[in-house]
Amino acid sequence: MSLLRRILALTLKEFRNLLQDRRSRMALIVPPLIQTLVFGYAANMDIHRVRIAIYDQDGGGIARSFVARFSGSPDFSVVSHVRNQREVRRVIDEKRALGVLHLGPDFSRDLLQHHAAPVQILLDGRNSNTAAIALARMQRITQQFDRDWTRQHGQRAPPASLEVRAWFNANLDSHWFFVPGIVGLLILVATMMVTAMSVAREREQGTFDQLLVTPMRPVEILVGKSLPGFIIGLVESAVIILVAVYWFDVPFRGSLPLLYAGILLYLLAAVGMGLFLSSISATLQQALLGAFLFMVPAVILSGFATPIENMPRAIQLATLLNPLRYFMVVVRGVFLEAAPPALLLRQFWPMAVIGLVSLTTAGWMFRRRMY
Amino acid sequence: MMRPPGRRLRGLIRKEFLQVARDPSSLAIAFVLPVFLLFLFGYGVSLNSRNVPVGVVLEHPDTASRAFAAGFLGSPSFAPYYFASWQHAREALRRHRVDALVRVRGDFARGLQAPGGAGIQLVLNGVDTNTAQLIQGYVEGVWAAWLQQQAHAAGAALALPVDLRVRTWFNPNARSRDYLVPGLIAVIMTLIGALLTALVVAREWERGTMEALIVTPVSMSEILLGKLIPYFALGMGGLGLSVAMALWLFQVPLRGSFWVLLGISALFLLVALGMGLLISILSRNQFVAGMIAIIVTFLPAFLLSGFVFDIHSMPLAVRAITRIVPARYYVDALHSVFLAGDVRGVLAMDALALALIAIVLFGLSALRSHKRLD
Repeated sequence: MSLLRRILALTLKEFRNLLQDRRSRMALIVPPLIQTLVFGYAANMDIHRVRIAIYDQDGGGIARSFVARFSGSPDFSVVSHVRNQREVRRVIDEKRALGVLHLGPDFSRDLLQHHAAPVQILLDGRNSNTAAIALARMQRITQQFDRDWTRQHGQRAPPASLEVRAWFNANLDSHWFFVPGIVGLLILVATMMVTAMSVAREREQGTFDQLLVTPMRPVEILVGKSLPGFIIGLVESAVIILVAVYWFDVPFRGSLPLLYAGILLYLLAAVGMGLFLSSISATLQQALLGAFLFMVPAVILSGFATPIENMPRAIQLATLLNPLRYFMVVVRGVFLEAAPPALLLRQFWPMAVIGLVSLTTAGWMFRRRMY
Repeated sequence: MMRPPGRRLRGLIRKEFLQVARDPSSLAIAFVLPVFLLFLFGYGVSLNSRNVPVGVVLEHPDTASRAFAAGFLGSPSFAPYYFASWQHAREALRRHRVDALVRVRGDFARGLQAPGGAGIQLVLNGVDTNTAQLIQGYVEGVWAAWLQQQAHAAGAALALPVDLRVRTWFNPNARSRDYLVPGLIAVIMTLIGALLTALVVAREWERGTMEALIVTPVSMSEILLGKLIPYFALGMGGLGLSVAMALWLFQVPLRGSFWVLLGISALFLLVALGMGLLISILSRNQFVAGMIAIIVTFLPAFLLSGFVFDIHSMPLAVRAITRIVPARYYVDALHSVFLAGDVRGVLAMDALALALIAIVLFGLSALRSHKRLD
């Protein structure tokens, strides 16, 4: 019983440290909420009303009906009609339009005489990703036009067509991809900050030595220092998951217990890394810098925004040490795919290993590193 | 009273440089951090998918369906895996062994002769929406090439009525690195500029040396300038290093002029240092200053600057917030200077916005810093 009481006392003390100061209390509560909302809206790769300009040298009814398919689509908005090459250059250079659709003077004649009617598309490649996605949409609209044209004019349809279906996210709404990822991002920041500070602050103030001479064993100190990080992480994850489901309408298709198993293991790894960094730092500033130097690459190399498969081999290997990488698969898998347990188990054990190894090292460092 | 102010400022600057030389952590922030981050991100962040694992199911592997599937073998975008049954293929997609499935049905050869044409099914894992759309684009490319081949073999010149001819200016090969690396420079410089100054004024307060400075005849603006000038020099060094890496390591073309790049970068560095300075004056505490610097400078620079996420696709309210994110203007300017050239209209607006933000930041810093103890 006394063991539990000791741990509880230390945990309560840690919480009091965190919540007593108004500024650090605010830093724990306000930013995650604001960030969930802002990031939830900002982090998307959907294209929406891409600005295009039209350079229509044909001017006939057929050309206009072709252009109408673009102006009528929610993906595009026609911002201007240009009349010569110089203006084409200007609208793209000055970013007034992302692309220009150029119909030559013979567009309708070619179509009616069953020749291929060329349409030139010019794109601003400064953001090549938006350009690539906009192009794919333009191709889709053109295909639709082709299909209707061949049917109406009794020409033969192309011998084969593609039927595309996207599983798990039929409309390819990128919010569904990013919002669950934010759960992993923000609870990493919160737990790492809390735990990285905990030991280093006591070291800096000299109170850690006092803690070491109390009857508490290193394991008990370790548990007492970990619990606040766990509890804060659990509370924050619950809030963000609720926001994701009820505010952003991300479907939740998998099992909640499996998700929470993943969250617990992920918190184990995050708390472990935080305490490890804290245990090797002599000052608060070193611990913060360490936490920062861990978190930034962890976020970038997690698959949060860009796929791990696109990274060079050596960096892909390095990501195996990144707990966020596994959690991203878990949280997206449970939310969107109702992922099979086998897939989740493959993510669970590396997080458990990272957590146990870093926690053990941290506990060991408590005694070894003295200043 | 005419000469001393300049001498005092020189003294302060000299003191700051000595401090930097003795405690190498600022040098690490200015030079090691950008190299480390740019290296990591430059190699780690890419949106160009290659060797995408695609499951191919030929339900009746005859000549016609093999001819279609051959298109995947030849493409560097795909690493095709063949599955004997649709059941196995679906299972592989669910277990993330492949990212997409292409199914050529058993009646493909017959469908080709039918008036409606044959259907080829493409199933994507839609979780990563961006990759899914890129894969769809690649598959459509394979399909279009195959159509062209079919039409050619049949002696007809055209497969489709409208022939799209695409030219992508500024980045014809759509290398995502070419637009991500300039954006990364902006993100990294935001962080470095803010961190450099966020910690230094707070440190003086925390260590009590600010009180020592206050009793000397130096004015508050001299103290601030004495902080700003040395860290500006350090920051420009870090920036130079980042640009050099972008040009020679990541092979990003520089189509605009070097002087324009230098000018807009110096302006942006002033803004970043100004943000750090203001945070540091307001918080007077290194821990709080560091936290605030990360939350109000780095994260918005990452998410709201248009560096990965296109600002035009954000909702109106978020778009309005991006207008006060300085990195947004710098990212915009860098994209143009690196990839397009000296586009006067774009660059002038960006420089103007940055200059305005700089004036506001330094004005606030001057207003909020008094020689007062509390």
